Amino acid sequence: MGEDWVPAGVDMSRPSAARVYDYFLGGAHNFAVDRELAQQIEAMTPNIAETMRSNRVFLRRAVRFLVDQGIRQFLDIGSGIPTAGNVHEIALEAAADSKIVYVDVDPVAVEHSRAILVDTPNTAVVLADARDVDRILGEASKLLDFDRPVAVLLAGVLHFIPDGDDPAATVAEIRDAVPAGSYLLISHATADGQPAEVIEAQRLSGRTATEITLRPAAEIEAYFGGFELVEPGLVFIPRWRPDPQDPVDEHPERIGAYAGVAKK
Amino acid sequence: MNPSSFADQWRQRLTAAGFVPLDADRLGELLSGLAEALAGGQGEAVGAALVEARLTDPAMLAATVEAIDAQFGDRELVAQVAAGYAQAIRAATMAGQEELNQAVLRALRASEARLRAVFDNAAIGIGVSAMDGRIVQVNHAFADLLGYTPEQMCRLLVPSLTHPEDPRDMWRMYQAVIEGDVDHVRMEKAYYRKDGGEIWTDLTVSLIRDDAGRPEFTIAMVQDITDRRRLKKRLEHQATHDPLTGLPNRTKIASDLDRIFREHKSVGLCYLDLDGFKRINDTLGHQVGDELLTAVAARLRESTSHVAGRMSGDEFVVLVEDPEDMSGLAQRILTELSRPYRIGKHRLRISASIGVVESPVAATSPQELMKAADLTLYAAKSDGRGRFLMYDPERDARQAARYALAAEMPDALDRREFTLVYQPLVSLEDRELRGVEALVRWDHPRLGRLSPDSFIPLAEETGVILALGRWVLEEACARAAEWAKTFPDRRVCMSVNMTVSQAHEPGLPADVDGILARTGLDPSLLVVELTESAVMDPGGTASLVALADRGIRIAIDDFGTGYSNLAYLRRLPVHMLKLAGPFVDGLRDGDKVDEHIVETIVRLAHAIGISVTAEAVETPSQEAALRRLGCDTGQGWLFSRPLTAEGVTELLRAP
Repeated sequence: MGEDWVPAGVDMSRPSAARVYDYFLGGAHNFAVDRELAQQIEAMTPNIAETMRSNRVFLRRAVRFLVDQGIRQFLDIGSGIPTAGNVHEIALEAAADSKIVYVDVDPVAVEHSRAILVDTPNTAVVLADARDVDRILGEASKLLDFDRPVAVLLAGVLHFIPDGDDPAATVAEIRDAVPAGSYLLISHATADGQPAEVIEAQRLSGRTATEITLRPAAEIEAYFGGFELVEPGLVFIPRWRPDPQDPVDEHPERIGAYAGVAKK
Repeated sequence: MNPSSFADQWRQRLTAAGFVPLDADRLGELLSGLAEALAGGQGEAVGAALVEARLTDPAMLAATVEAIDAQFGDRELVAQVAAGYAQAIRAATMAGQEELNQAVLRALRASEARLRAVFDNAAIGIGVSAMDGRIVQVNHAFADLLGYTPEQMCRLLVPSLTHPEDPRDMWRMYQAVIEGDVDHVRMEKAYYRKDGGEIWTDLTVSLIRDDAGRPEFTIAMVQDITDRRRLKKRLEHQATHDPLTGLPNRTKIASDLDRIFREHKSVGLCYLDLDGFKRINDTLGHQVGDELLTAVAARLRESTSHVAGRMSGDEFVVLVEDPEDMSGLAQRILTELSRPYRIGKHRLRISASIGVVESPVAATSPQELMKAADLTLYAAKSDGRGRFLMYDPERDARQAARYALAAEMPDALDRREFTLVYQPLVSLEDRELRGVEALVRWDHPRLGRLSPDSFIPLAEETGVILALGRWVLEEACARAAEWAKTFPDRRVCMSVNMTVSQAHEPGLPADVDGILARTGLDPSLLVVELTESAVMDPGGTASLVALADRGIRIAIDDFGTGYSNLAYLRRLPVHMLKLAGPFVDGLRDGDKVDEHIVETIVRLAHAIGISVTAEAVETPSQEAALRRLGCDTGQGWLFSRPLTAEGVTELLRAP
């Protein structure tokens, strides 16, 4: 089999997490099935679009922060469709010698990413499941040097891995593969401080390829084992190093997601 | 208000309104530039620039309209901005959808290319056929397996791939798949290759349904198992066939017999063995023996359509399902096998003995059938070989009893259940006691006193004869030595019977030496009696010569019952003949022919220095005739019945 072989086929009749995310970010890279699901989720959890956007904003701030810490290699797992404010733009703008590898399980998102990145050197796109760490590291190491620090981004992806598939083990595998000085970024949906309808939204998410598993702060914090969380630790997304110009968010819990960055 | 403070307000409105995919500095820079453009009246360009910066959230446009209206109060400018924004967002959306479509197409192509690569390069053969039996698509592996190109195969129909060894219900199963009753079938199937060769495959046929669940295609997956199957067949054949003759072996015969018992009402079995095969092996060598067995197997195969197998050595069986004429079959086999064989430079003849059994399957079991056939074969051999015998339950019972008796003999010897009696031999001249013949009796705890006829042949077959014979000889010699010591002036000879296998035993002379030494018997007082055939058997000649060298005399027992050949009497160390009972019996009625025969024998014997004893003398007229004819000694009820040792002692003591 070729190296790009993945068992998942292209199924346009099911919504894709990547395209639903794109819709929430105002993108046009989505189909009716994706928008239909997005609207159902939105009806249940009116803040969802904000959560998604907030996650995107966090990612932008975090990548800037990581570049400031001297990181020049990024491994973005669960990258989705790289539309507004994507990682390579931010990183390359901050440091032109940055290298970025995107990983997603959706073949359409991967093809789209490849089209966007066709003229951008030092970027690569890998079609792989987030749980398939061996494959991810194998493909990523064609561009990235795993003897030097790497920032691994797991933005809004671990909640797609059910407990039965042991997401902690996936993170641990990644941790063991990166050298000291590397960073781990996680943002993750939670039911902490959330109203009951969030649970219904979670149920609906079963119509995408994977269901969302909401997890409490302690469980998410445990994923950072072997890393040291940088300030301000694991917090609701809007509280993670907001721009000083941004208005102070009084109710960050309505976003329903935690974020944290940690160093090995 | 200056442009920078307008840009600042604008920024705050946007940030409050919704998602801004730019950080604050960037947004500030962007809006400062756009504020100047607005001042220059470039409304449409500003609207387009907002979209380009991905401020595509509808709330962005609303906030912008409000900010511009508040700053400029210029509805035309606002309209220009809105138009530019709408135009740009339409273009962006169309571009986005186009990009997405392209991405989907590429992803599908990549996915299909992978599937195509899998299909084309798979090691196993894959073929797709339509419900009407047309082969729609096959991969190289499948086409190669059958020796076609994929294009050639696609011109074939599924039913043309039939093979005579297809499982009986294969087409029924295929039909069940086509009709949607089952989704998969799996079987071992053979195909003819285009070049006429044959291959065996492990075939799985799966049904593919359309969206409505209707059967649409079948997918066949085949794996070449020709070699595996060939190996399996060979191993099976090796495990169930005799490597020398290629006939089914004991294992296969046993399973075939089980099958007949399951599937048929009655069963017949010929159990056969070659007469004297061992001698061919011993004299002409194993090479010739093996070739003869192979030739016999070929004859068996040709002479019957029934299953013939080799059990072991020179034993074969023929199994018959629902037999009609077993004796005819057995006779045919005997005739066929007895034709001469040409093995290398040898021209051989060999006969066979056959035990034949026929039985309803309900009345017996495979094991009993085999046992009965074996016993019947044994009886056929005892009856004189070169013949077949039908199973006889009474004979079987007798045979079983004989076997039981044979099994008891070694223990009986240990328990000293055997005793000797002695029948006097007297001079026909004066009735003087010349010797005694030791006769063995078995005091069986259950059956009472048994005569030698009922157990000596058994002892001979089982080999117990050697131990029994040694005991008899030692006991008789001890007794004779005792009499010689007690009655030194009466020369009483001791006659002891010996069988052919005793005479063949290489240790016999040494045994005899030991016995003579232990008992102190003068060898000239010992007479060993053997049958004519034992004397003539070349295997025993050396022993007889060795005994004669020690001064022991040799007597031929039952002389005249075998194929009497007087020539050997001169060559062999024979000292005495014992006339067989029938001749003596004939003298009773004064039969002239018998008288002539006896007279001739006596004269001939005397001519070469051999004395003659008459057995079974019962009447005075017989005694008178024998005396007249010159016979030397007599033995029989007329003179004395067999006596105990004490009886003989008393006789000797008498004057």
